[in-house]
Order: sequence, then C-alpha cells, then structure tokens
Amino acid sequence: MCQILRWLFFALVVQPLVLVAIGVNVVCNRKYLPRRGPAIIVANHNSHLDTLVIMTLLPMQMLTRIQPVAAEDYFLKNRILAWFAVNIIGILPIVRKFVPGKPDPLMPACKALTGGRVLIIYPEGSRGEPEHMTHFKKGIAHLARRYPQVPMVPVFLHGLGRILPRGKYLPVPFFCDVFVGKPLYGEKNIDVFMWKLKSSFETLSHQQQFPAWD
Amino acid sequence: MTAGLSGNLVAVLLGIVTLLTVASLVILALKSRLPGNDYSELVLRIRTWWAIVAIFAFAILMGRIAAIILLAFVSFLAFKEYISMLPIRRSDRQVVFWAYLSIPLQYYWICKGWYWLFIVFIPVLVFLLLPFCMAVIGETKGYLHATGTLHWGLMITVFALSHAACLLALQTGTSRPDSGEGMLLYLVFLTQFNDISQYFWGKLLGRHKVTPLVSPNKTYEGLLGGVITTLLLAFPLAQVLTPLTPIEAVIAGLIIGIGGFIGDINISAIKRDLGIRESGRLLPGHGGVLDRVDSLTCTAPLFFHFVHYTHY
Repeated sequence: MCQILRWLFFALVVQPLVLVAIGVNVVCNRKYLPRRGPAIIVANHNSHLDTLVIMTLLPMQMLTRIQPVAAEDYFLKNRILAWFAVNIIGILPIVRKFVPGKPDPLMPACKALTGGRVLIIYPEGSRGEPEHMTHFKKGIAHLARRYPQVPMVPVFLHGLGRILPRGKYLPVPFFCDVFVGKPLYGEKNIDVFMWKLKSSFETLSHQQQFPAWD
Repeated sequence: MTAGLSGNLVAVLLGIVTLLTVASLVILALKSRLPGNDYSELVLRIRTWWAIVAIFAFAILMGRIAAIILLAFVSFLAFKEYISMLPIRRSDRQVVFWAYLSIPLQYYWICKGWYWLFIVFIPVLVFLLLPFCMAVIGETKGYLHATGTLHWGLMITVFALSHAACLLALQTGTSRPDSGEGMLLYLVFLTQFNDISQYFWGKLLGRHKVTPLVSPNKTYEGLLGGVITTLLLAFPLAQVLTPLTPIEAVIAGLIIGIGGFIGDINISAIKRDLGIRESGRLLPGHGGVLDRVDSLTCTAPLFFHFVHYTHY
C-alpha cells in the first residue's frame, strides 16, 4: 500500500514539480550517478527539495532502493511527518550526535549499504543559510572508510535554496543546476578524504558564475 | 476550425516540415562532402527545430485552448530564465511568486476573450501592485532596481509574448471566424524564418555592423537580406493564412522583419549587461527559450496591433 502511494507521489507530484515547474538542469557528468547499490550520493544541502531532485535524477525503478539519510530529531518529531518521511520519502533516520555508551550512529547506514541501498548524505548536517555551503562533518569519512569499495558521488546543487529556502513553505520557480563529480572512494586517513571531498565540491561549485542572492 | 482554413494550416505546416527535411538533408550532404568541419552545433540546432515544430504544430492543430496553454508555458519558461539570470534580493522571493501568478491570469483573460483586461492587466494593475507588495515587505534598499527589472521581465516575457496567443481570440469583424490559428502560425513562422534568413544573409554578405557593442554578428547586409526574404514569403503566406490584403501583407512582412531585429537586439543587450551568452540550456543548439523567442517579444505585439487595427 505504502509502495503504491510512494510511487504515485513521485510520479504525480515530485516528477512534474522537479522536471516541469523547476526544470532541473544537469550541467555535467550525469553518467556518474549510480545505477545500482550500494552507493552513496553526497550533496550540499539548502532545501528540502534537494532530496526530491536527487531522487528524480535516478531511475524510477531504483526508487525503493534509495534512502536519504535524515536527522531523527527533525523528521521523527511528530507522527504525521514521521509517517510521510519514512514511508513515502523512505528516509533512513539517524541520530545526529554521537553519545558515548549509546549505539553507533553510523550503524543504520552501514546496514543499508550492506543491503545494497543507495544513500543520500548531506555532510553539512543541516540546510542552513540558503545557497551557502558550510563546514562538512566527518561522519561521512568514517562511513567511507568502513566501505572503501562503495562509490561516493559528489553532487553540487545550485538554486534550490532560492526555490524553497529553510523556513518557507511556498516554492518559487528559479533555475536549478546540478553538477555531478567523479566518484570518490573511502580512505584510511579521514582528513585526506575530507580534503578530497571538499576540493571536489570546490571545483564543482566554481564551474559556473551564479547571480547574486542577498 | 472549419475545413478551409485547417486545410491551409496543414498545408503550411507540411511546407515547414519539408523545409526542415531539406535542411537536415543538406547537413547530411555537407557532412559526407566536407567531413573536416564541425557540424555538431548545426545538427543540434536542426534537431531542436524538429522538436519545436512538432510541439507547436500539435498544439495549433489541437485547437485554441491547447495553443494558448502552450504559449502560456513558453511565457513561464522565458520568465523563469529571465528571473534566474538576475541578481535578486532575498526579500523579493514572495513578490516573484506573485509575478509568476500573473502568467496564468494573463492567458486566462485571452481564453475568455476579455481584451480590455488583457491589455491593462500587466501594464497597469501589476505595474502598480507588485511594487506595492515589495514596499509592504519593507526592503527599500535596491527597491527601484528590483521593481524595474521585475516589471521589465513581465512586460517582455508575459505581456509582449501573450499578444501571439491573443491572435487566437480575435474573432469578430470582417475576417473568417477562425483566422486566429492561421495568423498565429503566420506570425511565429515568419518571425523564426526571418531570424534564420537574417543570420544566413549576415553570414553570406555581412560587412557593416549595426550594433558592434551589443551583438557583433548583426550586420546591415543581414538585416536587409533578411527583411527582403521575409517580405517575399510574407506576401503569398498572407493569402492562405490571414485575412490581410496584399498591401497589408507587405506591411506585416516589414513589421516582422524589422521588429524581429529589434527584439533580438533588446534581449542581446540584457545578456550583455549581465555578462552571459545564453539565457538557458533548454533548447540544445539554440540556448534558452528566451534566446529563441527574443524576436517574437517584439513582433508579436506589433503584428497583433496592426491586425487588430486594420481588421477588427
């Protein structure tokens, strides 16, 4: 039942919204987007639409295998939102803070990767100021180190922070450009991996001049 | 649609398909004869033309409402491109949403045939109310710039373009009851044909630049050659598609030939100002929708008012 609802939601709401009303434009390297799991998509985070756009760019038959990694404290805070997030979007809820003595917060992500899922991870941890990239958190590097054979595809999204920024409920159509980078693989050294990931996003975000938004 | 006009419509559409087929064959021949050159841009451009012609022909044959919806969608895409290339203040996000809402409304007036609302809605009502909405939100720094650029975009991409759709709503007076579709096809085809022939003549004979700083590819030779070629086609096409008399057909040809040039230069100046080459990437080989309809933003209102004045 939920599967049908989910499929209908993406076919009738998300795809028309993303492909027609917003008209997402993949600028480069669409070929690097994963076609099968396990894989990780790493993206910058400006808007709730980020997840919907990434999920639309992947083939529809992969829908059941995609899991956006999302903060438990935000998405499970009330029952309606939790039902929608888990059953329709298919999020993988995680705890944002590591507390000693509590179970490993990366555990659910590890399980999903072992099960061949495609994860969407936002290493900024929060949407933050629209169209401003903030510091990347290191959890992603730890996950990558545990799964060195899983490709990690960097995806830089521009424009969605204008379309639907944090705290707003009405999407306004603007251009949305998607830049896909070469897949990265996990490394022993966390800092080296983080540096590689960051410089990949640097390169992607400098491929084009964007009009000011302030 | 009655049988007579729809027959002519189909005949002209088939003519356009023939032209495109010839263009595709010429490129194939060029590729095999002179394989050294790069034709990828040209191939992309023709392929996109096929798609544009298919969509436009389908809408125009489906009838009035389908064609109006298609043109409203073109306005939407053009406005989105325009608004996306501008630097925008964060506080104007909400107002941009209201600006978008004017698109379905403007085309709704056309569906209903409410000429008066069609003609005053954007230039008067939206012109006065949107700046007021901006003022109420309260950001005064950059206010004039923001209201000015927003309204300019609405005038060009919505108001001006909607005149093409409004040709479909003209159905009183001396003409046949269904001449709207014919005139829309006449306007759009001649405008695009004029673009191509100006480009062609400019490539072939172009020497003296008209606007070296804005659009260095535009030459007097191209302009003149294009306008004459358009005139030659405007005359016979008017007989099969429109209620225009021969003299009016010549004037209409001139309006489209020169108006197309003006619209093109206007949009080029904006792109130059903002430092971008193409308004978007939706139409491979052409750029964005705004790049494709730039001439139409000027020919549509001029042609509409000419026809409206002479025949309705």
